Amino acid sequence: MAVEHESRQKGLNPPEPVLLPGQTYASIDEQISAIVLKRPLTPGWLFGTLLSFAFIMLLTFTIVYLIARGIGIWGVDVPVAWGFAIANFVWWIGIGHAGTLISAILLLLNQKWRTSINRFAEAMTLFAVACAGLFPLLHLGRPWAFYWLFPYPNTMALWPQFRSPLIWDFFAVSTYLTVSLLFWYQGLIPDAAAVRDRAQNPLKRLFFGIVSLGWRGSAIHWKYYESSYWLLAALATPLVVSVHSIVSMDFAVGIVPGWHSTIFPPYFVAGAIFSGFAMVLTLAIPLRKFYHLEDMVTLRHLENMGKIVLATSLVVAYGYFQETLMAWYSGDRFEWYMVQDRAFGNYSFAFWLLLLCNVVAPQTLWVRKWRTNVLWLFVLSLIVQIGMWTERVVIVVQSLHRDFMPSAWHMYYPTVWDWAALTGSLGLFAGLFFLFIRILPMIPTHEVQKLAHEREPHPERENPAAAAKARP
Amino acid sequence: MRKERPLIYGLMAEFDTPEALLNAAKQARAAGYRRMDAFSPFAIEGLAEEVGFRFNILPWLILIGGFGGAILGYFMQWYGMAISYPINVGGRPLNSWASYVPPTFEMGVLGASLTGFFAMLALCRLPQPYHPVFTAPQFDLTTRNRFFLCLQANDPQFDARRTWQFLANLHPVHIMEVDHDPQDMVAITHRIHSEEM
Amino acid sequence: MPPIEREKGKGRREEGEEKRENPGSQFPIPLHEEMDPAMDRRAFLTLLGASLALAGLSGCTLRPPDEKIVPYVHPPDADEMTPGKPLFYATACPRNGYVDGVLVTSREGRPIKIEGNLLHPASLGASDAITQATLLEMYDPDRSQQVMHRGLPGTWDAFLGEANTYMQAQRAVRGAGLRVLTGSVTSPTLVAQIRAMQAQLPAMQWHQHEPISRDNVRAGAQMAFGRYADTLYDFTQSAVIVSLDGDFLLSMPGHVRYARDYAASRRVRTKACGPGQPAREIMSRLYVAESMPTLTGTMADHRLPLRARDIENVARALAQQVGVNGVAPTEPLPPEVAEWVAVAARDLQAFRGAGVIVPGDFQPPAVHALAHAMNAALGNTGKAVRYIAPVEAEPMDQAASFRKLVQDMQAGQVQMLIILSSNPVYTSPADLDFAGAMAKVPMSVHLGLYDDETSALCQWHIPETHYLETWSDGRAYDGTTTIMQPLIAPLYDNTRSAHELLDALLVPPGRAGHDIVKTFWSGQHRGADFEAFWRKSLNDGVAAHPLSLRRRGGTELSSGASVAGQVSLQAANPTSQPGSPSPVPGGGGLELIFRPDPTIWDGRYANNGWLQELPKPLTKLTWDNAVLMSPRTAEKLGLTRQGGTPGTHPESVPVVELRYRGRSVRGPVLILPGHPDGSATVTLGYGRTRAGHVGTGAGFNAYALRTSDALWHDDGLEIVRTDDLFSLGVTHSHQTMEGRDIVRIGSITQFRKDPHNPDGKEHVPNKPPMILPEAPPLPPSEYAWGMSIDNNVCIGCNACVVACQAENNIPVVGKEQVLGGREMHWLRIDRYYTGMDMERPTGTYFMPIPCMQCEKAPCELVCPVDATLHSDDGLNMMVYNRCVGTRYCSNNCPYKVRRFNFLQYADIAPVIQLMRNPEVTVRSRGVMEKCTYCVQRIQNAKIDAEVQDRKVGGDEVQTACQQACPTNAIVFGDINQPDSQVAQLKAEPHDYPLLAELGTRPRTTYLARLVNPNPEMRAE
Repeated sequence: MAVEHESRQKGLNPPEPVLLPGQTYASIDEQISAIVLKRPLTPGWLFGTLLSFAFIMLLTFTIVYLIARGIGIWGVDVPVAWGFAIANFVWWIGIGHAGTLISAILLLLNQKWRTSINRFAEAMTLFAVACAGLFPLLHLGRPWAFYWLFPYPNTMALWPQFRSPLIWDFFAVSTYLTVSLLFWYQGLIPDAAAVRDRAQNPLKRLFFGIVSLGWRGSAIHWKYYESSYWLLAALATPLVVSVHSIVSMDFAVGIVPGWHSTIFPPYFVAGAIFSGFAMVLTLAIPLRKFYHLEDMVTLRHLENMGKIVLATSLVVAYGYFQETLMAWYSGDRFEWYMVQDRAFGNYSFAFWLLLLCNVVAPQTLWVRKWRTNVLWLFVLSLIVQIGMWTERVVIVVQSLHRDFMPSAWHMYYPTVWDWAALTGSLGLFAGLFFLFIRILPMIPTHEVQKLAHEREPHPERENPAAAAKARP
Repeated sequence: MRKERPLIYGLMAEFDTPEALLNAAKQARAAGYRRMDAFSPFAIEGLAEEVGFRFNILPWLILIGGFGGAILGYFMQWYGMAISYPINVGGRPLNSWASYVPPTFEMGVLGASLTGFFAMLALCRLPQPYHPVFTAPQFDLTTRNRFFLCLQANDPQFDARRTWQFLANLHPVHIMEVDHDPQDMVAITHRIHSEEM
Repeated sequence: MPPIEREKGKGRREEGEEKRENPGSQFPIPLHEEMDPAMDRRAFLTLLGASLALAGLSGCTLRPPDEKIVPYVHPPDADEMTPGKPLFYATACPRNGYVDGVLVTSREGRPIKIEGNLLHPASLGASDAITQATLLEMYDPDRSQQVMHRGLPGTWDAFLGEANTYMQAQRAVRGAGLRVLTGSVTSPTLVAQIRAMQAQLPAMQWHQHEPISRDNVRAGAQMAFGRYADTLYDFTQSAVIVSLDGDFLLSMPGHVRYARDYAASRRVRTKACGPGQPAREIMSRLYVAESMPTLTGTMADHRLPLRARDIENVARALAQQVGVNGVAPTEPLPPEVAEWVAVAARDLQAFRGAGVIVPGDFQPPAVHALAHAMNAALGNTGKAVRYIAPVEAEPMDQAASFRKLVQDMQAGQVQMLIILSSNPVYTSPADLDFAGAMAKVPMSVHLGLYDDETSALCQWHIPETHYLETWSDGRAYDGTTTIMQPLIAPLYDNTRSAHELLDALLVPPGRAGHDIVKTFWSGQHRGADFEAFWRKSLNDGVAAHPLSLRRRGGTELSSGASVAGQVSLQAANPTSQPGSPSPVPGGGGLELIFRPDPTIWDGRYANNGWLQELPKPLTKLTWDNAVLMSPRTAEKLGLTRQGGTPGTHPESVPVVELRYRGRSVRGPVLILPGHPDGSATVTLGYGRTRAGHVGTGAGFNAYALRTSDALWHDDGLEIVRTDDLFSLGVTHSHQTMEGRDIVRIGSITQFRKDPHNPDGKEHVPNKPPMILPEAPPLPPSEYAWGMSIDNNVCIGCNACVVACQAENNIPVVGKEQVLGGREMHWLRIDRYYTGMDMERPTGTYFMPIPCMQCEKAPCELVCPVDATLHSDDGLNMMVYNRCVGTRYCSNNCPYKVRRFNFLQYADIAPVIQLMRNPEVTVRSRGVMEKCTYCVQRIQNAKIDAEVQDRKVGGDEVQTACQQACPTNAIVFGDINQPDSQVAQLKAEPHDYPLLAELGTRPRTTYLARLVNPNPEMRAE
């Protein structure tokens, strides 16, 4: 562990381990499956679920009204023909990325600490992408015709127009959703089997029996399982980069000043990871608290994620700097005007807010004390998400509201329905997540056990008590 | 408590550490057993090889799936834009290959991933709701903290008493017999391992 | 023949009779109560439109008029309607008494578009925004459809009965109690009818009241010549034009023709470019001194903003310097003004006989007298200035006449008042209590298109036929007479024309309009060839009759010299007439200026959605009027808070209270660069209370401040700020070009030096090199459509915008949507100011922006479903039914010419559907739309060409905007044919594409704007 080593040299106390001692195979399994099987409905969970379902209702109502009245219920106009909907889309997709990153890239990099957080990180990805997927459909003038973007055989022999970045989006997002789903489900199979074997309730046994597809932990199975899991990870890694690059091309391919920039793909991907990890923190911190998983989701995890947030924040900051620099250096009148307007124009407050949230606030993470302060990490994660969402809005709205023809310039004002759609999608995300933590093991048992195994070959021997407890 | 049964699926030994299981598998192999399987809560390095795993075809299938998807992806775009319904769009060439790269890539990844997942299931013969080993007492601990080695009755080496003795020498926590009902299960298991050898 | 037709006419009436027995549930009035205030305007319009339309239409059988009408150009016997083939009929559109010749497209018996009449001297094929929009007026679901008696449904017969008893009574007293109130009248038939009435009832009186009155013009002529006379200008003849608050490009009678002539004197070409565009590198020079920014002012080479009251003084100074005897400025001129006067005077002297001085209709008579005197003194009379006998049948001092009427009414001397197509209760000056006086009139009859403010106070309201449904006649600004033929039988049975009403009053039950008019003309044109004359007149839209030959100096007044003589005598000390400043003691120090509204005129078009939503040329304001003032004045009054205030809409502006002569109204403030300091302008026509569902409640009523002694401007205005804010639907709020290469502006001298860069700047090449390799050439197409727009002669009059709206079924979206930035006009006219100081912008420039039809269209590239794509002949096409509405194309359009149906905008009222152009899809919600170069017209031309086995001519296809343009600023055609006008224009050195640096390769290109400043003038 390089981190450990270097910190020792600094004379600091070694960083938190990724799994606290005293955990046996049995106790790990016990603890994780218990969340799904034994633990009764807590009022906290109930409250959270109901609250998020209230917002889901709001979302549903908004969608119905939207389809009944038309896109005009939102604040969009000409020139600002894209508003919150697209900003939300980009933001949600970005959040999804951290999940894939944790589960795939860290797996390939053989980062042990990922194991206990990857499951719900992946779930987060799925739900985030689901929320993201809503918006491109809803923001269509005629949502019911969305499938025209799909190359399906039709009587008029028409094709989608493959040069359009929106079509690229369509392919990228649907692929991303599919692959994430497969990856997540495959990781779930052995744990589902574990829960199946613990379950007393026949219905639950049936349910998890079906989910686990009859997994029996055979050595052969494990062989194929791991090889396919690694290859999926290897595929997901370029995929996750490609997805947000393509999303960024929705803008980069456009000629609008403030969009038309080659820095966008890397800069969007970094932003995605940035906001994504913030979201993982937002979710992990309460979870480990309420479900007493501090042993498995340790400070070490939080600290590492904090480091990644800091790193990506620097990349994003570089992106802002580049944009400004190129606008000035290119001598393009329109670009330069856009940059000035961004900083001092009608939407300048948003611009400075996003700088504060995305660049200034994360700098606190240079200090270990802050980095390991759970409360601050939680607060920061919220700040970062607000900042990134604001950034998307600025990119979409501010760039459009003053482009080439001063005669066409016009402001964009979000209506109550814009906000309803945004909060509604948040509710959807939260609701799905609450269901997930109740129904499925949110931490991959087998991986954590393997971790335990690698750390200390004979946990049972060392903790007879735990072993005894584990005996049926 | 030992009694003979006319026909059983195999004998199963339960161990409490991965190392014990691995070692047992090694010895069984040394003793000439071929038709066996090992079960564990998590993947154990090298175990599969000991129980007779040889060639991993999965990566090659995924490779094929990936290229298949990519080729299909580009063909679809080229055919749609340049052959099937050519239209002047923004004065761009009909085959604007640069614009067709992103969907091509995505289609490639999609092809590969789908192949990877479903090939994995196929090779594991999953889903398979029933398997004789499920009947073994305490086998449910295989997903928790126990490690099992199962020597199958259809192995030429197999002899109930000698095999039992052999397993006993490995100091397992338990030894148990695994019944199997339907004959076809035998056939299936048989096929699995005959292939794998 | 006539009798049969009368039978037919009768027949029609009788159908109507039955309708009238039981007006029935369709009767619209109850809806007024039912209206839900919460309902938003669109929903409301749609609902009301539908219900009212049904109410009307059920009583209407849609068909051409019973009588024979004569289509344009076609041989008279070949006018049978062929389904799918449009027919064109010439008629004329009356406004303020004067008519403009129009040509109306009729499909299956439905008029669907109004265009200018090529043969009519006031039009020459062009028309203005209002004239074209009167089409919507005819189909307006709010039109009055029912005879009303004291606010309740009545019947024509009942009216006739009661009217007759009164007529009998009047006969007894020789008509002493009978009054007829009209606007200005030029219709020979109507005059004949009134004269006939006067013959029977010698004591009756005929009053005239035109809210936009030309009393000043008439009085000015009186002052100069001792008699009434109309002035005609010929700007083609003029090298120097000086306008003294004279807006001859938008508001004067004949302004369409004047715009055409003026453009001819300004157009610059290095070589001849087709008809009417000779090679010439000289321009006329325009000096404008004006009291509020007008289109004429924007075209000026030297514009001098002055308070309205100061114009007279400038006129005197100018007159003095151009050698009118015995005139001197009453007060010393500020240096800047003095210089302007001196330079203008020298220029006028230098071009004696080739100059024009144009006095403004709204300036006091003295200014007119002085102008006549100057024109005479400079020998311009008989050349660029001509005088003809008044076109109005009975010129009179309308203000006095109206005042007299009100006095008589209050004195109870009026037993019977007949109001013909006028709305005096709304438009009468505030100091004359006309509404109050109405109460004293036992029998008042109102004939009008709408059940309006006046009809509410009348005993009887008779719904009027729209001019497109009416047989009538009228005369243009230059005396040209048109016999107006109806395009369609009246949509609503109960409607009557003014002719029919008067005829019925004189000789009950009255004749059909056709007979009245034809009988009159058979009296005028005696002889065997009457039928031929009749046909020809109807066909051409110009009466082939001496009456109308009296134009272009047909019967001129005395020669210029003698006019000069008379003028100099009179104008030596012109007495200040009503309208000249008379400061009110105690009043505020500001000057209040009244002007007609550039879109809804005097308020008669208030219920016309097209005009309400038409951005006013300079303010780009829709759906409202505002208190216009200069930035500095606003600053002085602390009214600069325009938008940007947190929590308020950005277009929200302060509301002020205007206190003037003891009356006050409240209205929002709009800052207008170039407005003179110390004065505020309000436009008339808003604040209607019974206009209809579109117009009622829009804006504030400026008539409430207007007094009969100062109709146009006076001091004594006090502006008090209130705490209220108000949102104005301004479609184009940014004022400058931000230094971007949008409108290229250069001087004629620089043009002569370097015609390629008249603005003296370096520009990217029109086709910048591509980084990516060029696309392989697409199959060469037979045609390559393109457009050239001449910024140099575009006066921003909006005619093209309305033409586009009518041609392409463009919906009206309502104020709320305009506020949201969702107006739908495919063609918009951008307005930019130059100069650092918006107090005194160095220039105001217009630029029509249709779709550029880029050869490398950014919009097409990003459409995911191929809903917008390119045709071989270079059109950027929209496939409406393929569009899913991603709006990406709009984002990616650098010119922002794409328009999106954010909601269901297309009006579904049945009667509105009758008006639709059947060749253009009506777009539904969620679909993008845009200018298509009027592709339907291109296709028709191609079909005709194929039928006749020939190629479509280079100039054969005319887009709607091109056709309407008074100045020929827009030219469309095939650039593949080098001899086509558009190809030649694009070859002009000062042709340039907009935003060329983006490499979009627009097919629409522009010609640089040129100015011709006088080097003697110090740079402002």
